[in-house]
This record gives sequence, C-alpha cells and structure tokens, in this order.
Amino acid sequence: MNVNKKDILGISGLSAEEISSILDAASVMKRIILSGQKKTNYLRGSTVLTLFYENSTRTRVSFELAAKYMGADTVNINVSASSVAKGETLADTGKTLNSMGADVIVIRHNMSGAPHLLAKHVNASVINAGDGMHEHPTQALLDMYTIREYYKSLKGLKVAIIGDIYHSRVARSNIIGLIKMGAKPVIYGPSTLIPPEIEKMGAEVAPTINDAIYQADVVMGLRMQLERQKNALFPSKSEYARFFGMNQVNMSLAKKHALWMHPGPVNRGVEMTSGVIDGINSVINEQVTNGVAVRMALLYMLAGKENNKDVKYKASLVSLPVQEVCV
Amino acid sequence: MKILIKNGIVVTDEYKKRQNVYIEDEIITKVKENYEAEADVVLDAEGAFILPGLVDAHCHLRDPGYEYKEDIVSGTRSAAMGGFTSVACMANTNPVADNKTVIRYIIDKANREGLVHVFPIGAMTKGLKGEELSEIGEMKEAGIVGVSDDGYSVANSSVMKKVMLYANMFDLPVICHCEDLNLAEDGVMNEGALSTEMGLRGISKASEEIMIARDILLSKRLNVPVHICHVSTAVGVEIIRNAKKNGVKVTAETCPHYFTLTEKACEGYNTLAKVNPPLRNEEDVEAIIQGLCDGTIDIIATDHAPHHIDEKNVEFDKAANGLVGFETALPLSYTALVKAGHMSMMELVRKMSTKPAEILKIDKGRLIEGKKADITIFDPNVDYTIDIETFASKSKNSPFHGFPVSGKVVVTIVNGRIVVKDGKLLD
Repeated sequence: MNVNKKDILGISGLSAEEISSILDAASVMKRIILSGQKKTNYLRGSTVLTLFYENSTRTRVSFELAAKYMGADTVNINVSASSVAKGETLADTGKTLNSMGADVIVIRHNMSGAPHLLAKHVNASVINAGDGMHEHPTQALLDMYTIREYYKSLKGLKVAIIGDIYHSRVARSNIIGLIKMGAKPVIYGPSTLIPPEIEKMGAEVAPTINDAIYQADVVMGLRMQLERQKNALFPSKSEYARFFGMNQVNMSLAKKHALWMHPGPVNRGVEMTSGVIDGINSVINEQVTNGVAVRMALLYMLAGKENNKDVKYKASLVSLPVQEVCV
Repeated sequence: MKILIKNGIVVTDEYKKRQNVYIEDEIITKVKENYEAEADVVLDAEGAFILPGLVDAHCHLRDPGYEYKEDIVSGTRSAAMGGFTSVACMANTNPVADNKTVIRYIIDKANREGLVHVFPIGAMTKGLKGEELSEIGEMKEAGIVGVSDDGYSVANSSVMKKVMLYANMFDLPVICHCEDLNLAEDGVMNEGALSTEMGLRGISKASEEIMIARDILLSKRLNVPVHICHVSTAVGVEIIRNAKKNGVKVTAETCPHYFTLTEKACEGYNTLAKVNPPLRNEEDVEAIIQGLCDGTIDIIATDHAPHHIDEKNVEFDKAANGLVGFETALPLSYTALVKAGHMSMMELVRKMSTKPAEILKIDKGRLIEGKKADITIFDPNVDYTIDIETFASKSKNSPFHGFPVSGKVVVTIVNGRIVVKDGKLLD
C-alpha cells in the first residue's frame, strides 16, 4: 500500500493507483470481516472520532465498526448535544478534539468544504464522510469496490447514475472516481436536478432514462433527498416515480447481469420500486458490507501510519493470508 | 501651510503633463510647469503621477454598529493609504442609515475623526427592507449624496419606481445593487462548472442581469437617471451598452476584483474570494475590461467591505460576502488596465476620481487652480506583491495577498493637509 496522505477529503485528491491500492486493501479487510474473528489490533491505541453534523445511520455505524474491527477506540460526538450547539465554530471544535489526541476525525457536514476547513486546523487525519453537495469519497470507494469485485476491472464499464444529481455528493464522487478508473459514467435525472455544466466533470448526460440504462453494466440509483427539496424542483413523488424512477421494465434494458446499486437509504416506490431493490441483480446489501471493508482499509492507511510500529505488517498487509492478520 | 509638489507628472482626466503644484492652506493655487515658490513643505514627486484625489463611490465603513470590522477612523485611514480622499459609504450599518440621525452621526464623526472626506449614502427604503421609502428628503438635508439599498435589491418594482421618482425630486443619484434574490436563492458563488464540482450552490448570472435590465427599463420609462453598482457579467455590460446607445440615463460601476479575478479564486473553498456579486468567468473579465474601455462602465469603485477574520474562517456557505478594497484598488487597476495597455492613465483618473464625483454631484475629482487641495501622488514604478498585513484597515479580508502589482500611493493630501507621506500614514 502506498497511499501516503494526511487526509481523505475527496476522490478528486486520489490517483487511479491510490484508488486501486485502497480497493486491494479493502479486499483483505473484507476477508477479515467474513472470517468470523473480526477483531484485530492494527489500530490499538489509536482514537477515531466521528463528528456528524448531519443525521446518518449507516455511514456512522460503518465507520465505527470499521474502527472497532481494527482495534481503535472510537468516540461518537453527538453534535446536537455538544458545544457546537452552543455556537462553537468548526475550527474551534477541531482544535479542541485535536488537543485531546484524536488520530482520525471522521466528519460529515451539511456544508461543502467543511472537512477541508477542519483539516486545516487539526493534526489528526480527516476523513470526509460526506460534505454538502460536494463529495462522499468512502461511498464512491465502496461502490467501485463492489463493481470491481464483480467485473474484476472498471475499465470500459457503462455506469448509469440516475436521480437527484444536483444534491448528490455520491454522484460527484462516483463520477470523478469512475472516470479515473476508466469507466464511463452516464447520468440522468429531471433537468431541474442536473447541475449546470456537469458534463465538464466528464459524465455524459443521457437524454432519456432508457438511454441511460440501455446496455449499462451498472445502474446506480440515488436517494431522492426529499428533505432538500424546499424549492420544489419536481412536482410530486408520484410524477417523479413515473418519469424518473427505476422499475423492472426500464431496468430490463440494462445488460442481463448488470448490477443494481443504491447508496441507501432508499425511498421505496420513489426512485426505485421494491422489485428493483429486492431484485436478483440488486447488490445493495453487499455495498453495505463492502463499506465497512473500505473504511477499515482507509483507517489503517491513515492511523496505521504512525501508530503501528510494525512496519512489516504495514508493508505487506495486502499479501498476508487472513489467519495472520487476525488476532 | 504652503506645499510645493515638484518634478512630478500631473495626470487629470484631460491631460498628462510635467507640472508643479502649489498649495496654499486648503486651496490649489498654482498648477504650472517649472513653477517655484516658497513653501513649508516641498514634495519631490520625481517619476510619479500627481492625481486629483481618488473618489470612491461605493464602500462600507461599518460605522455605526459593526465597529469590530471597521469604523470611520480606521476606514478613512485605509482610504487615505489607498489614495482616496473622498469616499461614499453605504447604508447597511446598524442601525441602518435610513434616517437623518444616523446620517448626522456619520458626518459628525467623519468631520471630527475621519482622515478623508466621507459622503454618506442613505437607504432607499426603511431598514433596507424594500418596502417603504425612507426619509430621503430629511437625509438629503443632513448630507447624503445618493440613495441605495446596497446589499439588497428592491424586489418590488413598484417600490423601486417610487424610489426613483422620489429621489430624483431631491436630485439624488439612485444607486442600484442588482440581484434577483429569488433566482440567486442561497447561492454562494458563480453558477457553473466550478460550483458544480465544488458542490456549492451557484448564483446565476441572470439574477444580476434581470435586475440591471429592470432598473434600466424603469429609468427609461420614468426618464430618471440610475446608477448600476458592481457590474460583474458580460451580458450585464451588454445591456448597459445598449441602454446608453438608446439614450437611457444610466451610469455603471465595476470593482477591481471583477476585472482581475475569476471564480477560480474560490478553489479550495477560499472564503476570501466570496463576494456578492460573485467572481465570474474569463469571458466576463474580458467584457468588463472592454466595457471600461469603451465607456459603457463609467467608474471603478472599491466596494470596500471589511469583515472580521472570524467571519471568513468558517465554512464557505457561512462566510460573509465581500473584501477590503481601498488599499489595493489603484495598484490593481493601474496594473490590469493601464500597464496592460487597455487604457491611458488619464482614463483611469477619470474612472476613479472625476467621474465618480460627477455621478455623486460632489465638488471633487479635479486638480485645477482654485479647488480644494485633495491630491494623490502615485508612483507607478514600484513593483511589489500585495501584503495584507500592511493594511491600515481593521480587516484583512483580501484575496489579493501575494498578488504582484505595480504602483504605490506615496502621498495623500486632503484639504491641503498631508495625511500619507512616503507611503505611510502621518499620525
């Protein structure tokens, strides 16, 4: 593994080689998860803090479990009950947590760029667990991991990303990552939810949902962020489902063994019908497992750097058989 | 006190010539080649330009109410350092400058403690709310030189119409911040590829252009002059150009940041580059320069907008809009416009001194015998990089730190009194 970074703020800061080595490491981590004896001590003595300014279940739990499986101590900071609620600035919160000796701070924030601000003020490694409408790098890594596990390589794959692209940090991180890995992202959604000049990021905008799905190797649905729709960007949930939703009929246009993905949580019957969510091509639950593996790999790469004095382990983790890395 | 300025080149909006300038007490008494007379102070301006003191038609002094950002003392010191001898300050203070009491406070404090002339601009509407006319007549008596709800647009066209009609009765310029707030929504930077990539809400150029067009249409219908603030887009320039061609009484301003920076300055979530209207694209910068050159844009204002570091050291969405401008405006404009070959120094003097005074209808912006001695000496031969730590302003929120420029203000004279000498404030 040769990712030498203080922070993981976005996919945009990672090279294709770095993404590959993270995914390679994640496959080792996945074997640890599946081995039954999940507890390791790679990060013993390290502290991982999760600082979530937005509600989240899966991402937060995923990070916490990843840290615990790696042997780190974890603390979850409940923002609404903390000094943040008393008006403390992000920079000050960061400095405080830093002074307490945090090794990694995992931050989710409703404002784009907040992790970048935090990273400037702390020595701890910062992992972006989703910032505003900007990036959600660990989600894109787990998505790419999931795709790669099936197809072995991402090169040349058509990946349709469908839904509320405008508000979606998942879409942005995936577009950036998929292009770096040689895949072809094609996006589709209501025109009011397609951000301006998105094609300059390298994604093709499909004219219809059928064009987007046709012959796709992967179809990724995005969560309709109903809580962000204060400006009436589409008329109703039923109209959305009718024109922009994924169902078994339009999904049949994809390749026969295409992967059906969704970052969750799903609004059943809005962006996807239950037939798709629970369909035979759906890998939504595997994405969740892979999320823990990817986060274990990232935590190891960041926190393992200084704390794990056993250089032999660090250098050769990828090639180790599962039994050896387990404790 | 008698001051003789020797060996410099006088540049006004009409000519550029090697002349000496003689000042007796408050008055310029001689502007003449090789003129010599006995003086208490002789200033050697060898190689430098002697200009009529700069006039800024648009700044924020933050006093009363936001003295932690700036006040009339620090603001006018900063203005003097930038070569401005007259500044017009906007009404978004706390309380809002929408009544004669606040206007009198500003004028009194400026007279007592200010280093340069301060001309307050009164709010168009009470509390800048865009609903009811403020007491424009009483404020005129107290000393305002124009009306503006700067920071906001008057969304209601009927209210705007009344403002134009009423202010015109008092011979006051109507100074419009143009922004359709419904369209701008909660945007924080220019809308486009970069806002998409950064995941920040964009402000459509159309939100500015729609209001420019509306205010021009009202001005045309009512046959009342209107002044458009801080133009930032190519289409905005085009709308104004056409209006002028059609005889509409419109004048327009832009600011140095709109012809020296693009939205790229926001990269890395740089809150120092967050400003309203937002920094735009390359083609807009080119159009602004073109508009300045062909006379579509009449003046350059600073929109000096000081903010405390705590208001910038936050998430981009939360950061305050604006940047300090007094101490960078002339070097930036000289470098980007004159040195780059787009316009003459005379034209720049017109845009930063003579014309803004004309628009505000104040007796400033001329370097001729018999006028009050407001003079700026600018040495164009100094190359350096901007250092925010040298600013006299209380606030240092400038995206230009480290920016290479040419030209430095070496002397500022206000009413015959030297306030800046050798590029330093005289205290």
